[in-house]
Amino acid sequence: MADASNNDAFVEFERVQKSYDGENLVVKDLNLFMPRGEFLTMLGPSGSGKTTCLMMLAGFETATHGDIRLGGTSINNIPPHKRGIGMVFQNYALFPHMTIAENLAFPLEVRKIGKSDREAKVKRALDMVEMGDFGGRRPSQLSGGQQQRIALARALVFEPELVLMDEPLGALDKQLREKMQFEITHLAHRLGITVVYVTHDQTEALTMSDRVAVFEDGRIQQLAPPDKLYEEPQNSFVAQFIGENNTLEGVVKEISNGVALVQLDGGELIDCKPINVTKPGERTRVSIRPERVEYNKERLTEGVHTLKAEVLEFIYMGDIFRTRLRVAGNDEFIIKTRNAPDQVRLKPGQQIEIGWLPEDCRALDA
Amino acid sequence: MSDTTQNGPVLAADGTPLKRSLAKALRLQKLRALMLIAPLLLFILVTFILPVGDMLFRSVDNRIVQEVLPKTVVALESWDPASSELPDEAVFAALAVDMKAAAELKVHTRVAKRLNYENPGMSSVFRKSGRKIRKWDVENDGPYKERLIELNEGWADLELWRTIKTYSGTRTAGYFLNAVDLKLGAEGVEIRPETERIYNTMLVRTMRMSLIITFSCIMLGYPVAWLLANLPTRKANLLMILVLLPFWTSLLVRTSSWKILLQQQGVINDVLVWIGLVADDNRLVLINNELGTIIAMTHILLPFMILPMYSVMQTIQPTYLRAAKSLGATNWTAFWRVYFPQSVPGIGAGSILVFILAVGYYITPALVGGTKGTFISNLIAYHISTSGNWGLGAALGSILLAVVLLLYWVYDKIVGIDNVKLG
Repeated sequence: MADASNNDAFVEFERVQKSYDGENLVVKDLNLFMPRGEFLTMLGPSGSGKTTCLMMLAGFETATHGDIRLGGTSINNIPPHKRGIGMVFQNYALFPHMTIAENLAFPLEVRKIGKSDREAKVKRALDMVEMGDFGGRRPSQLSGGQQQRIALARALVFEPELVLMDEPLGALDKQLREKMQFEITHLAHRLGITVVYVTHDQTEALTMSDRVAVFEDGRIQQLAPPDKLYEEPQNSFVAQFIGENNTLEGVVKEISNGVALVQLDGGELIDCKPINVTKPGERTRVSIRPERVEYNKERLTEGVHTLKAEVLEFIYMGDIFRTRLRVAGNDEFIIKTRNAPDQVRLKPGQQIEIGWLPEDCRALDA
Repeated sequence: MSDTTQNGPVLAADGTPLKRSLAKALRLQKLRALMLIAPLLLFILVTFILPVGDMLFRSVDNRIVQEVLPKTVVALESWDPASSELPDEAVFAALAVDMKAAAELKVHTRVAKRLNYENPGMSSVFRKSGRKIRKWDVENDGPYKERLIELNEGWADLELWRTIKTYSGTRTAGYFLNAVDLKLGAEGVEIRPETERIYNTMLVRTMRMSLIITFSCIMLGYPVAWLLANLPTRKANLLMILVLLPFWTSLLVRTSSWKILLQQQGVINDVLVWIGLVADDNRLVLINNELGTIIAMTHILLPFMILPMYSVMQTIQPTYLRAAKSLGATNWTAFWRVYFPQSVPGIGAGSILVFILAVGYYITPALVGGTKGTFISNLIAYHISTSGNWGLGAALGSILLAVVLLLYWVYDKIVGIDNVKLG
């Protein structure tokens, strides 16, 4: 799905730009192709342009330049109510003056669907989100999680092929959010709908999506399945934004056999995988995941460069240990180790040696 | 903790019932709260509640007849007002005694005024006789019947005696009946002659025009309130200043400027004549009639409609409209089915405010209403300050109060007062 070609794309953004004030571009040259049935998440910090993209797709914002296509036809000039796209809003936007059943019947009513048909569909949608008994209640009588389900049911009741979700779980507490993440993904896959999901929560993006588009500064920084995104970030923004990440800065000394030798600013040498460095002399920002750092001497690979480190803090987190180190002048170097029976618990003040596999350490743009 | 296990009242740590301890602890707070509102409470009591109570009392108060003519009232008890004969000598004798006493204290004019409201012409009979009776020796100057009739032949009028008899109680419905164009005759309640009817017309006109004003305020105010609630803050603030501007201008100035604009030689007519829409000899009559009152009052009361509507609309999130559109509703359907129902509490609050203000409005109708566009409140003002018939004014005011309360109740039944949001 990652390499969906132009031909079988269901949702397409082609060279889309958006400006609100005629001076700054909020979305800069967006190209995105989504096949039918994909769950795609737009992830990014606030102001990165992800919500604007969603709103352009829904029809509430017009693209300043470029083409947005749905099922092959351009929808630039189609008003929102004729696009037939389901949408779940951040604050649910359930109509407070209508009952739950009336809320669900609303999209069917405006489509002039007969009463008996309508009632059957409403019931089916309510059962789908396990809220069958709540048809007569008002939105204000439901909890946040229940409102969320109803909002989902309302977006699905008229059987749209494409559903947009704008940070739908933002207002829920952690436990409920995790539960709903699974429910939404299961439902989407069962119904075979295409979903564009916007969030700033990277865990949500990683656990739910087929592909994640990381937005920053009006551009997609990387578009990849969750595992690739996490393990193979293409630039330092993505590396920094997705998951926890340790950064060391330095200059490329040489590149050979797919391994870059980087001299850190403190003079130490390490081996990295060159991602967007091409020649010696370039400045680079090196990224290593905390769980890929090894300090057990017996497990360190032969021949790779190691670094000296001082333990600053040991945090017991139950399932894992989180240790903060000083490495090459960086006081915020984190390593994570699993709480296994034979695991060594480091003590503050301890001097250790750390290392990693060259392919886990990625030399990115400075 | 152990207290919860035992039966009976829960006890505090020192053994006193918990409820009493709590009340004691809260007493100081309540006392402080009471102290804080005390000045306002006193102020309202003295300047609002007592006067309203006094007004309600005055609308039925009729003690004056018994106070001034105590013996006459007693003597009249045996007289049948339906009979075609004048009361007997005893009644006239009692009247002479009462009148002499009253004339010496100069209070006979007050009862004259009171009875004149019910039977015009009685005032002069009392006044003229009073002056003479003062010099009488009431012990020996009988027979009074002949002497009084000789003094003023008004005393031979059966209607006069019927009026005294009818209004001899300490309470009367007379003012209220008068306020709805009825009167208390010898046979009971009767309709006033056509030439004396005025109050029903005024009451109906006041209600009708207040409704029209309320409705035009809704029509003009709704789009403005919508704009206010949906514009970016900076522009909304500017618009808000424009809405509030009338509040900072004297009511008299605003009303007078409407006179300048609307009169037949005024700005609007001049412009219409100049662009040729209206012939010079056929200028529109825009003022000193109902239209003038409606235009000026709609303008003056508009902010009272816009502000509550705005405060309600501000709470309606724009995502509701977006949600409706994403579900397939056209702009109009989204507005009508989703936005409008949520804005109804604001319309309700504004309408109540505007209607109640309009029903009791006084200055503007007096200035631009002419004779056709005045309100019941102008008549109340007339009775309070010019005619001196406070009882009738009070009765009209009470009716107005009752109508407003009734509408309030109806509104509560239909829309629900809980749904009203003023801010």
